[in-house]
Amino acid sequence: MKIRNILITLVSAIALLISASTISFAKVVGDKIILGAAVSLTGKYSSNGVHTQNGYNLAVERINSMGGVKVGGKTYKFDIIYYDDESNSGRAAQLAERLIKQDGVQFMLGPYSSGLTKAMAPVTEKYEVPMVEANGASRSLFTKGYKYLFAVLAPANLYLDVAIDLAVEKNGGKPVKIAMAFEQDAFSQDVRLGIVEAAKRTGSKIIIDDKLPKELNDMAATLSKVKATNPDVLVVSGHTKGALTAVRQISEMKVDVKMLAMTHCDAAKLSKQHGKASEYALCASQWHKSLSYKDKFFGGGMKYDADFTKAFGYAPPYQAAESSAALLVYKDAFERAQSFDTKKVRDALAATDMQTFYGNIKFAEGGQNVSKPMVLFQVSCNDDGSKCENKVVAPTKWASAELVHPIPSWSKR
Amino acid sequence: MDLLIFQAPILMVQASMDGILLGILFALIAYGMALQWGVMNIINIAQGELVIMGGYIAYFMYLSGIHPAFGVIVSPIIMYCVGWGMYKLVINKVVDKDLFTSILATFGISILAQQLMNFAFGADVVVAQSNFGTTMLFNNSVTLPNAKIFSGAVCVISAIILVIYMKKSKLGRAIRATAQNARAAKILGVDTEKVYAATFGINAALCGIAGACIAITFTLHPYTGLPYTVRSFMIVIIAGLGNLPAVAISGMGLGVFEEWSDYLLGTEFRIAAVFSLLVIILVYRRFKLARKREYLK
Repeated sequence: MKIRNILITLVSAIALLISASTISFAKVVGDKIILGAAVSLTGKYSSNGVHTQNGYNLAVERINSMGGVKVGGKTYKFDIIYYDDESNSGRAAQLAERLIKQDGVQFMLGPYSSGLTKAMAPVTEKYEVPMVEANGASRSLFTKGYKYLFAVLAPANLYLDVAIDLAVEKNGGKPVKIAMAFEQDAFSQDVRLGIVEAAKRTGSKIIIDDKLPKELNDMAATLSKVKATNPDVLVVSGHTKGALTAVRQISEMKVDVKMLAMTHCDAAKLSKQHGKASEYALCASQWHKSLSYKDKFFGGGMKYDADFTKAFGYAPPYQAAESSAALLVYKDAFERAQSFDTKKVRDALAATDMQTFYGNIKFAEGGQNVSKPMVLFQVSCNDDGSKCENKVVAPTKWASAELVHPIPSWSKR
Repeated sequence: MDLLIFQAPILMVQASMDGILLGILFALIAYGMALQWGVMNIINIAQGELVIMGGYIAYFMYLSGIHPAFGVIVSPIIMYCVGWGMYKLVINKVVDKDLFTSILATFGISILAQQLMNFAFGADVVVAQSNFGTTMLFNNSVTLPNAKIFSGAVCVISAIILVIYMKKSKLGRAIRATAQNARAAKILGVDTEKVYAATFGINAALCGIAGACIAITFTLHPYTGLPYTVRSFMIVIIAGLGNLPAVAISGMGLGVFEEWSDYLLGTEFRIAAVFSLLVIILVYRRFKLARKREYLK
């Protein structure tokens, strides 16, 4: 009896070992390199999840049709296994486990949002599987000493500090008074830290520092404080809801402030939903189509914009562009590693130094991309507000329009 | 920061007005909740989802070129049918079960409604533009969006209409009778099944009105219903069932308190302040009740 039990255990263990090893070798099948991704196709992040997936798909198709990935004298094509993480971090971690253990995926792409990336990173780290992510900007992702996590985007604390520098510059180099309202989530609080540092650096004073509860739909009290204290710059970050609420209430309450800087204007379709009321808002963006970065797959930003619009029927938000860039990074790393060994690919990723249509990519120790600055664009509308455009105004190197400063008062708009 | 009250005292008026207008909106949702809680003994966790659904109706009117303010008429009509259907499908099976069953059932409905709305309308945060402009008071220092004033007026009018309807109409009397004693009402020939369906429909219609107001004053998203449920639940707890003036006062009182604590203490203390107030009120009530009981002995 005992011997039988031991035998069964032994046989099943061997079977498991064999199946596991065949699966893990199966992830470069024939001429296909199989990547794994859990993205939010349902749930509260589903619109940005779809932007992420579209970005990945466009790049896969483009790289495959332009000759694929050449490793060891053989040409490979990319393929992605997708799962829906339901915008739920618990689910995302499970799916990372499943992609690696059951599907044997050895190269991962990131999900949408900092929260979900944070949930997946410990799993990919545990199995020593590289993950190139394009939509998790929270600073805490890059301070944990992860070795297998690479982010093509600039970390969250750099999102809006440019705006403070800009405000100081416009104030004749003198320190400014800052009012800020940030949602209480990992990402927005990281953006806040960036502002706090920028304030310290420039000697500026933070006079309002509101932390908005996640469920909050109403910023009237914050704006009353802004009216009472008259700051030089108002900084708001609260995802799409924060951006829409802020613009709605600023315009309805006729709050005059010299500069208004925000995140998530793109994702919120701010100018489309609010029209002229959103004019002059400054928005942080990872990418803008007018930037002059180039690569051989997508050409430049304008070309990417056109191709994406043709493929999916809407203009690409930066969430899609950065997702496409993640695939370009993988291709580059595979070709430099000339191997599918996860350690070698990891080292190649760490040594990445390239330009894509999305921007320059070079990873710091923590995995964040340090060679691509954030850009700020300003919403600019025609007279009746029927057509609004985003024009890059900072940093100066990329600026395509002059910053309108200070914002005209509501009585003159 | 703590000197804000002295820096611009007039803005306390602003905060109060914002609070009252916010409170009226919550009070209307709470009134619907109190109504069906009182009549059917059901705590509707899906209340917030009904509100958001009503908002989306106004939003789609806005998208198709109709002014979203008409949503306050169209949305309750559609939502009445939704509520009626919800009652026939689910609620009638749990209406005489214990409270826990109905909480679970409506919780299920709320999750389902969120996912369905997400599926149907997408996960983008949306707003409907009313272009109503702004009312300036006190030399432009107090600015009130007309959309908010409009919402407040609509909520007050709907509440008044409802009160009159409950007092005068046959159905209103039947609803009140059922609330007092369902069994006795049944014996006296009231079709309680119909009364329940109508009550749930009326509640959904009230949510529809509030939702249409929210579409033009705040933002809509399939997953943002919960705060409305929690807030209306809180107002009902403070005000008690079947007491409309108390619902209105506690709604506005909480709204003003919320805006004041936000304005004076900072936004991060806003919700904490409101919930602390709730605890104080409940503890105070307990003491009062305990004293009364002692007296009765």
